[in-house]
Amino acid sequence: MALSLPAIMKTTAARLSALYLLLFALCAVLLVLYMTSLSARMLTAQTQETINDEVLGLAQAYQRGGLPVLVRVVENRSRQPGANLYLIADANGQILTGNVQSLEPGVIETQGWTTEPFSYQRFGEGELDRLRSGATDPPAPQTGDGSNPQSTGEKGHNAIALVLRLPNQMIMLVGRDLGEPERFRAVISRALTLALGMMGLGGLLIWFFVGRAALKRIDSVSDASRRIMGGDLSGRLPVTGAGDEFDRLSENLNAMLARIALLNEGLKQVSDNIAHDLKTPLTRLRNRAEATLAGRHKTEDYRQALESTIAESDQLIKTFNAILMISRLEAGYSSEQTGPVDLAATVSDVVELYEPVAEEAGVALEATVPEAFTISGNRELIGQALSNIVDNAIKYSTDAAEAPKVRVALERAGSEIKLTVTDNGHGIPDDADRARATERFVRLEKSRSQPGSGLGLSLAKAIMTFHNGRLDLLPADPGLSVVMSFPLRDTH
Amino acid sequence: MTASQPSSEIAYNGSMKILVMEDDREAADYLQKAFAEAGHTAHVAGDGETGFALADAGDYDVMVVDRLMPRRDGLSVIAALRSRGNTTPVLILSALGEVDDRVTGLRAGGDDYLTKPYAFSELLARVEVLNRRAGTRESETVYRVGDLELDRLSHSVKRAGREITLQPREFRLLEYLMRHAGQVVTRTMLLENVWDYHFDPQTNVIDVHVSRLRGKIEKGFDKPILHTIRGAGYMLKGG
Repeated sequence: MALSLPAIMKTTAARLSALYLLLFALCAVLLVLYMTSLSARMLTAQTQETINDEVLGLAQAYQRGGLPVLVRVVENRSRQPGANLYLIADANGQILTGNVQSLEPGVIETQGWTTEPFSYQRFGEGELDRLRSGATDPPAPQTGDGSNPQSTGEKGHNAIALVLRLPNQMIMLVGRDLGEPERFRAVISRALTLALGMMGLGGLLIWFFVGRAALKRIDSVSDASRRIMGGDLSGRLPVTGAGDEFDRLSENLNAMLARIALLNEGLKQVSDNIAHDLKTPLTRLRNRAEATLAGRHKTEDYRQALESTIAESDQLIKTFNAILMISRLEAGYSSEQTGPVDLAATVSDVVELYEPVAEEAGVALEATVPEAFTISGNRELIGQALSNIVDNAIKYSTDAAEAPKVRVALERAGSEIKLTVTDNGHGIPDDADRARATERFVRLEKSRSQPGSGLGLSLAKAIMTFHNGRLDLLPADPGLSVVMSFPLRDTH
Repeated sequence: MTASQPSSEIAYNGSMKILVMEDDREAADYLQKAFAEAGHTAHVAGDGETGFALADAGDYDVMVVDRLMPRRDGLSVIAALRSRGNTTPVLILSALGEVDDRVTGLRAGGDDYLTKPYAFSELLARVEVLNRRAGTRESETVYRVGDLELDRLSHSVKRAGREITLQPREFRLLEYLMRHAGQVVTRTMLLENVWDYHFDPQTNVIDVHVSRLRGKIEKGFDKPILHTIRGAGYMLKGG
């Protein structure tokens, strides 16, 4: 399979992966943004609290000893490592003490909290002249600071501060570097980038393992189908045993294939049987014609030969028609129409049709039709099935030990209507033989001497199947019962 | 012909003009020859359009129409002819042959239906029965063939004045045979028209019914009246 991008994007797996990836990424970005703003707010609040505490401490110092003490405390604290920002300036903004070398202009004029983070420089970070000259430009890039080159950047440090006016109009500023929140932001953005990267990778992995796996299984199914279409009907689709939807699909398709193979097998058997059962009469036909041509005969002989040829051909046509009809009915694509059928009338018709034949054969043909049953079906087909069965029963009851008798009974049994034809002949004692009797072309040993194509019962069975019914052969002791069972409702 | 038949049939010499619509050349030639041998004249059309044109122009007694033909299928030809007021009886030939096909064919305007492969004797018998010029006897209440008389209203049968008792089915069998007296009636035609079944019974049940009927209408009388036509069927014909 060529894995060009458009080809990949054509697969359901890739499209689903991409969609999920997009949704996840969106959620992740929103989540990170929310968490960042939440954390930033928390950090700012914390910073302000620290500054407040600091101011409180300085206020106490001021109260204790006035400005000199305050200045000393500020100087002390300024020198400590990682100290806050301290600045004391006179009313003109001239820096007196503290650890701040320069400030963004305007910050010093603030009353209370600075509204925005501002940039500043501590002592020892250069730009002394700039501040002294009161330059308004932002500080130039710093080098050699060493402590935190990353966070200084072009803007220098950022901080927030509380600016207070001392009673003598001097200005005190206490601030806290925002280096930490800045780093935090950097961490967050790194995390975000990482998360998005991971998600992308995850998506690819999902596509690769899940999507590709699904794709591979679908491909294996189509490969198997192609092989089966190629003529290997014994082939089956792979079932992994995972019991998932792919397995269910494969199992169902396999069941379908098994059914097709069965039908195919049936077809093959039929063609074998046709070959066998039709070859014999065809050979006979041909031999007779040849023999007639070979000898010197009277006109009457030719006539006789031709007549028997016609009779034999007619029998062949009948056999062909029966095979065709059985196949159509069994395949279930027969277009025979159904309608209401009066079973009682059909029984009377068929019994009446066969009564003279039975009488001639010395068989008593009786019918018990207690009530009229109307079912939905095809009268022609049911009539044909019943006449085949009655025909058989008459033939096989002639060798009965007692007076030969055939009984036809129509009755309701539970949810079925049973049409039973029972003879008192020798029956079919062997269970396996009875089961085989409805197969196509099966003519049990004893029946070989009787005329017939061996298709009568098969056709009856196919007709019963067409009517959603059953054809059962039961021992009648003596004799055989052939039972046609029609479902009472939904006959077709 | 029997004296009992209407005068119009006396002029009728039994020869029919038949139109065969069949695309298989060999089958058509065979039919033409076979019909000629039986004393009829047959014209052949090799496709539906030609068939329609011939049928529309000519005056045929019966048409034999194959269902599957090039250019125009048989059923459509029949339907078109019927819509133009052509009432010539039609026998449909078909390689199909389920019950439903027969129903469709007859609904399209066909009068009879025969499945291939068929015996020519069967086709000939059916075509002769279809021929309207042989006279429909539907309207007659009393059929007479020789000295045999069947009254359709009183359901009585007499031969040479002697009452014959028949079972209801035997009566219908005789009625059908008498309606087509002088014509060959095949076993399947009897099964179709007297019993209304279209399948082939495994045993020749019809023969037994006919021989029973024959026993009743011939026993005790000099002349046979119900004849067996070898390889074809039966014919009721008076002396």
